[in-house]
Amino acid sequence: MRKIILLTLLLLAAVTTGVLAATPEEIVRKSQAVFLYSGNDFKARVMMKLISANGQERLREMTMLRLNTGPIGGDQKYFIYFFQPADVKDMTFMVHKYAARDDDRWLFMPAVNMVRRIAMQDKAASFVGSDFTYEDVSGRDLTDDTHELAREESVDGKACYVIKSTPKAGTGYAYKLAWIDKSTFLPLKEEYLDRDGAAIRAFSADEVKEIKGVATITRRTMKNLKSGHRTEVSYKSTDYNIGLDAGLFTERFLKQPPKKWIE
Amino acid sequence: MPGKTNLGFRGSLCPPSPQRPRRPQGFKALGGRCGHLGLLLALLLFFAQPARAGVTVHGFLQGNYDFNTATANPDDHDAKLAEERAQVKLEADQGPARLFVKTDIAWDHLDDEEDLELREGYADYVASAWDIRAGRQVITWGLGDLVFINDVFPKDYEAFFAGRPLEYLKIGVDAIKAGLYPSFASFEVIAIPLFTPNHFPDAEKFWLFDPMPAVANRETREPDTSLDNTELAVRGYREVVGFDASLYWYRGFSRQPAMQPDNPKITLFYPKLSVYGASIQGNAIGGVLSLEAGYYDSREDRQGDNPMIPNSQIRGLIGYQRQPWEDFTVGLQYYAEWMQDYGNYSATLPAGFPKEKRLHDLVSLRLTQFLAHQTIKLSLFTFYSPSAGDYLINPEVKYNITDQVWAALGANIFGGGEPSSQFGQLDKNDNAYLQVRYEF
Repeated sequence: MRKIILLTLLLLAAVTTGVLAATPEEIVRKSQAVFLYSGNDFKARVMMKLISANGQERLREMTMLRLNTGPIGGDQKYFIYFFQPADVKDMTFMVHKYAARDDDRWLFMPAVNMVRRIAMQDKAASFVGSDFTYEDVSGRDLTDDTHELAREESVDGKACYVIKSTPKAGTGYAYKLAWIDKSTFLPLKEEYLDRDGAAIRAFSADEVKEIKGVATITRRTMKNLKSGHRTEVSYKSTDYNIGLDAGLFTERFLKQPPKKWIE
Repeated sequence: MPGKTNLGFRGSLCPPSPQRPRRPQGFKALGGRCGHLGLLLALLLFFAQPARAGVTVHGFLQGNYDFNTATANPDDHDAKLAEERAQVKLEADQGPARLFVKTDIAWDHLDDEEDLELREGYADYVASAWDIRAGRQVITWGLGDLVFINDVFPKDYEAFFAGRPLEYLKIGVDAIKAGLYPSFASFEVIAIPLFTPNHFPDAEKFWLFDPMPAVANRETREPDTSLDNTELAVRGYREVVGFDASLYWYRGFSRQPAMQPDNPKITLFYPKLSVYGASIQGNAIGGVLSLEAGYYDSREDRQGDNPMIPNSQIRGLIGYQRQPWEDFTVGLQYYAEWMQDYGNYSATLPAGFPKEKRLHDLVSLRLTQFLAHQTIKLSLFTFYSPSAGDYLINPEVKYNITDQVWAALGANIFGGGEPSSQFGQLDKNDNAYLQVRYEF
């Protein structure tokens, strides 16, 4: 009897901590699901502060809309409207993200009333000049890396899996370590390391809030450890399941961004 | 000379015409200065309840200077442009309605004058399956980078050649545009009751080819404003197997004047023109591939035997753009014009006029590199014409000094070809420019 109770307790503990259930791939998949695919759709007013090593600041302010059009890890549509800086105000940027092929990207330039397709860039390229890459914003294919559970560790008192993800093909880094919260599955901390094991880029989740029942990182920082440049991002008016329609993610609304969604 | 040899009929950066038109944007559409103020007043009245309407004001202050690097202007000045300019953008909306006004005030040091210009001013109404925009508006069609096939709307080439920011290449049209969005495709339907020509470089500031320099007496005749002369343009577009596909139709007038010798003067007029076109653009071979074509139907010279009016043409474009590394973009284009009825053209061309080739083509290369967290932009744009042998080179450095202030330094270098060819005739006009802007 005592053995049974002990076994049950062990099993319970295993299930609740996920050790038994989760392979590293499943942990990463779950993490992507909450980090990049939460809700059917998503909206946030995004403030990006680009801060140089000597403290000079530049501001990028935008509204970001996202609609999931496929399964977790699959197709998505993004719509970004820029408020700041002044020379890009009213510009809109749209991405149709595909799991199986190159994304489609369009940019609308209001001064000449023109919509242009943008050539697919390296996903590891900087997003609007910040320390975040396109991949950081819209995700990286699960199968592009091999994942292993490096260890378990606490971050600010929260139990985390530390997942080591090694890219199968060449990128700007050798591998990534991600501290994934065991309860929310959000990454609380990430480090990108070079071949010598030196960290070159570091991510931190600075504030997590529950929005419509979804744990959401509302403040985050990405720091380039080589240049000292960093980007602080905060979300305002974050919301999920607001009823975005695929029809919004078209040339028509790229040229006439609807106030209802961007304000 | 006859429109025929006038390279102005190029689809690309057209060559200048020797006339000296006034800046076309004026206040024509709104009945002069009063109309302009009237629109502002209407805007204020319409949105008299500020609590319910969202009104925003933005704009910029700008200094823009362009100096000759080869020779002085025909008028002996060393500069092609020296001005300060303020732009105010006023936007107001209430429910599905929106008003937008973009007005420039410029202080021109070369002509020593002030200039008030309504760049855009329109009202929008947006319903679920359609929308409408009425007033002065900028419309851009087609896929070309500085080559235009289905973008049949007016351009200001002087602005481009004299080092203004690129947005000044486009001139607003006074038009009504409807958007229709049935499920199978989307449509833009445009009616332009008031004709606006292209604006070509001023003969006092630019050295230009003039086939008839002896005749100084010139008169410009624009199409009358009438129901018959209302320009119509329709674009239908949708996605086709992952590509953006468009069909275009235009019925109106050439925006480049033809010349009719009319002793003792020359009459400049705008021949009737229709354009039928198509384009597709999408991801291919690791970049973005663009294909565009158009048939230019010269309705007043369908046989091609009137030397005063350009012949019909077929125009085509292949463009390819890719990003080989982070923040670096390469854009390549091949553009060609193929003259119809070349035999009739050759047979009727008056002696002494330079003869165009049947095929005129252009190759363009654009390189763009961003640096320092995308606050510095280095760019190089070049045209080279294999058929004419002439070229244009436009290098530029732009630096966003802060989030509000940017400055750009660049140059326009022309040469090659013949004294009558598109860029060859601009050989003596090499210039360097500075743009500085504070945005608010």
